[in-house]
Amino acid sequence: MQLHVVSAKTYVLVWFVLIILTVITVWIAEFDFGKLNTVVAMSVAGLKAFLVASIFMGLKYSSGLTKVWAVTGIIFLIIMFGLTMGDYVSRWFTVQGW
Amino acid sequence: MSAHEATHENGLELGHQFEDINQQVESYTVGMWIFLVTEVMFFGGLFAAFIVYHSLYPDAFFIAHKKLNPWLGGLNTVILLTSSLTMALCVRSAMLNRWKEQMAYLFATMACAFGFLVVKYFEYGEKIEHHLFPGPHYQFPGDNGEHTEMFFNLYFAMTGLHGVHVVIGILIMIGIAIRTWNMRRVRQDFIPVELTGLYWHFVDIVWIFLFPLLYLIGK
Repeated sequence: MQLHVVSAKTYVLVWFVLIILTVITVWIAEFDFGKLNTVVAMSVAGLKAFLVASIFMGLKYSSGLTKVWAVTGIIFLIIMFGLTMGDYVSRWFTVQGW
Repeated sequence: MSAHEATHENGLELGHQFEDINQQVESYTVGMWIFLVTEVMFFGGLFAAFIVYHSLYPDAFFIAHKKLNPWLGGLNTVILLTSSLTMALCVRSAMLNRWKEQMAYLFATMACAFGFLVVKYFEYGEKIEHHLFPGPHYQFPGDNGEHTEMFFNLYFAMTGLHGVHVVIGILIMIGIAIRTWNMRRVRQDFIPVELTGLYWHFVDIVWIFLFPLLYLIGK
């Protein structure tokens, strides 16, 4: 059987990068990017999630089928957020007050 | 091929429904990922609710999130990231069939998970003490507290559901530790450890998004 054993050094390196990215997340929260605030914060979080999924969860070394399922999760999430927000931002009446 | 060889490959037990050990490992891994996709959608509903209410009441969410302590949230992020590292090393030890090393990393991961819950306990306690738990006793200090209760509704729902996942993770890890001890003299199948690892990293990923979403809202 082909087992992909990642070196302990790689794991520690990824952990170190994740800690640095956490510090960056807290640091950039001090700056005001206007409407882009959430986008910037979520982009850094997305990069961290990508590192965890690809190295810690071993997606990088996994079969194509496993990767397809991981991407499926993201696609369905985008559909749900997209349809929900598409509804809210396109309403002609105001939803304030309930 | 003798019957013994048919059920054991590389010292690992092969289920009779599988062709070979590769197919078995692949099936278990893909199955776990499908479960994780349902978990993503489970948490996704709460994230969608948060995005909607944040867009409706941005000012209320901003003043409400100031009541959270970003240092405690950051500390918990570091704790969970560290637990992910020890979990990845635990799975690695399981693959290499080093049960003592595996046990040590398993207990380190459980210690981090427990530490996370302790920090969360103090955070929750402080919120409840200051009447910030949604319900009849909710009271936001000052007179501009309109709609802030919705922030705390979502805060407790999201971190609560995440906390339940951490508790379940600890229980699964206890089960894995018992199994590792019982099977210490034989070559273990690393798959149960691998799947526990996948679950635990998923819990970590949820927190990676929850931390900036709840604790670091921009103006």
